Amino acid sequence: MGELLEVRDLVKHFPVTRGVAFRRTVGRVRAVDGVSFSLRAGETLGVVGESGCGKSTLAQVLMRLEPPTSGTALFEGEPVFSLRGAALRRWRRDMQIVLQDPYTSLNPRMTVGDIVGEPFEIHPEVAPRGSRAGRVRELLDVVGLNPEHINRYPHQFSGGQRQRIGIARALALRPKVIVCDEPVSALDVSIQAQVMNLLAELQGEFGLAYVFIAHDLSVVRHLSDRVAVMYLGKIVEIGTEEEIYEHPTHPYTQALLSAVPVADPTLRGRRDVIRLTGDVPSPLTPPTGCRFRTRCWKAQDVCATDEPALLTRIGTHPSACHFAEERHII
Amino acid sequence: MLLEVEDLHVEFRTRDGVARVLNGVGYHVSAGETVAVLGESGSGKSVTAQAIMGILDTPPAFVTRGSVRFRGEELLTASPERRRAIRAEGVAMIFQDALSALNPVFTVGFQIEEQLRLRRGMSRADARARAIELLDLVRIPAARQRVREYPHQFSGGMRQRAMIAMALALDPEVLIADEPTTALDVTVQAQIMDLLAEVQRERRMGLVLITHDLGVVAEVADRIVVMYAGRIVEQADAVSLFRAPGHPYTAALMRSLPRLDAKGAALETIRGLPPSLLRIPSGCPFHPRCPRAEDVCAARVPPDVPLGPGRSSACHFAEEVVGG
Repeated sequence: MGELLEVRDLVKHFPVTRGVAFRRTVGRVRAVDGVSFSLRAGETLGVVGESGCGKSTLAQVLMRLEPPTSGTALFEGEPVFSLRGAALRRWRRDMQIVLQDPYTSLNPRMTVGDIVGEPFEIHPEVAPRGSRAGRVRELLDVVGLNPEHINRYPHQFSGGQRQRIGIARALALRPKVIVCDEPVSALDVSIQAQVMNLLAELQGEFGLAYVFIAHDLSVVRHLSDRVAVMYLGKIVEIGTEEEIYEHPTHPYTQALLSAVPVADPTLRGRRDVIRLTGDVPSPLTPPTGCRFRTRCWKAQDVCATDEPALLTRIGTHPSACHFAEERHII
Repeated sequence: MLLEVEDLHVEFRTRDGVARVLNGVGYHVSAGETVAVLGESGSGKSVTAQAIMGILDTPPAFVTRGSVRFRGEELLTASPERRRAIRAEGVAMIFQDALSALNPVFTVGFQIEEQLRLRRGMSRADARARAIELLDLVRIPAARQRVREYPHQFSGGMRQRAMIAMALALDPEVLIADEPTTALDVTVQAQIMDLLAEVQRERRMGLVLITHDLGVVAEVADRIVVMYAGRIVEQADAVSLFRAPGHPYTAALMRSLPRLDAKGAALETIRGLPPSLLRIPSGCPFHPRCPRAEDVCAARVPPDVPLGPGRSSACHFAEEVVGG
């Protein structure tokens, strides 16, 4: 099967400016700094990382909500960042996004029917005017909302239901890819499971591919076929769900997995625990060489001078570490 | 027993009606013990803590019944001065959002020193020295310089550490931590939990850990209190609760969690939504969502059924649930 989305060397830097009359650039936040991956039709690529790793910026750039600094993305062979006019509109139908916060991503003055039906205003070819209310009811039904509630406003729904509204809106144009940026992290545990199941069902039903961005490693594992681990703007390790969780080779992936609390009190004090010191460095001035070296227990001189490439050094999947080595964590 | 909460009732009188936020909550904490209060949003876990601390906003919140005792002394009827004294030196609290809990216009050092000067009558110099010690204790690097910085100059993890330092300044006997790591990244979260556990062990503090995270609970709690719709539905020691939950809500919560160590099929879900506190269902508040609800569940509020030492579950069928 061909690649649906092929991302190469994607870079997004944000300039930091000082002064009002004489604005000058004093630095650059290297939010995404050379990211490459591919996505096949119908698969889920999970993207995990801590705050500031660039995972949300990646989503914004992929959706063309922010222009990239450099790099390419091919969608079915077409270069996404140079699309214009009709081709751009056509592509926007194929790629949609679901955002984290169901409270701020829905317009409080619009009814649910208007929110979910708004994509049809922009892409009238998908649903002729007369059929829209019917399509919106269908979509509400698909995401598990009562179609009778089409005239209600967002504040009349709970957090989980609002996230369903956001999913219905994303589904309206029958996209091939949905970028999900932390879609369940604002939800309570019992509601989170409902929304995760819904995303899995929809994928089966509509053959969707997901780029699933989240900081919760258990959530990502549950939904993903392949997983990319990001740290300070770069992918440090990428592989199948099993390769990343069962055979991690990058120290950062190992530390992340080790830090997740396990819901079994009998394992207390019996796990092999890796504790990182300090916080993630600022993406304004990332460390030289390997960006993880300042928190890494394996770091040596070479790590400060040579940036490790994302290569398969050991095992079956790529890892950006000079000293990549499998370690069983969970 | 350091801290005892008994039959606590709190209601919020709002424009839309009276929300019954706490409906008879009781738990206790001893020295050196970690009690986790587990619940989803709206379960009343934070409101209970705010009632203990005496920091509820009245109106709309009113404590209508119950008792909160620190070392046997009733707090709910104590004078404001007495409560302030206990809040400073008996029971301290840390919050989820350190940025809004710290005052942005004062240095971190000043905020720690203020209490030492006011409560302990320390000189500026002594208070500064003690503040540096405290920042050291919570492992803030270069504490001597950091003590002069403002909260916005700290990263999220460091702010959380600074807030812990501030809470520890007057050697409280009980620390209430309300979602202390929820806003933090997982690697930093692990550091903060380790720090709290260590401080608690060394000082033999009572720790009340309020959280929605079953994983965090499993790693640190001695005892667990599970809340739903302003009631305690289950209390148990950590090992028993995870081995065999005694309430259908606890059991369902555990089954709805995605696992780190296996890629499962569809997750089990809890149907429906938590109830509106303006209209709590009759009988057992969980019955509309409960897979094993029967007629009695809608008719009668379940009693606390004892399930062994220190264990109870507010379910008409508690014994069957715990038996599997």
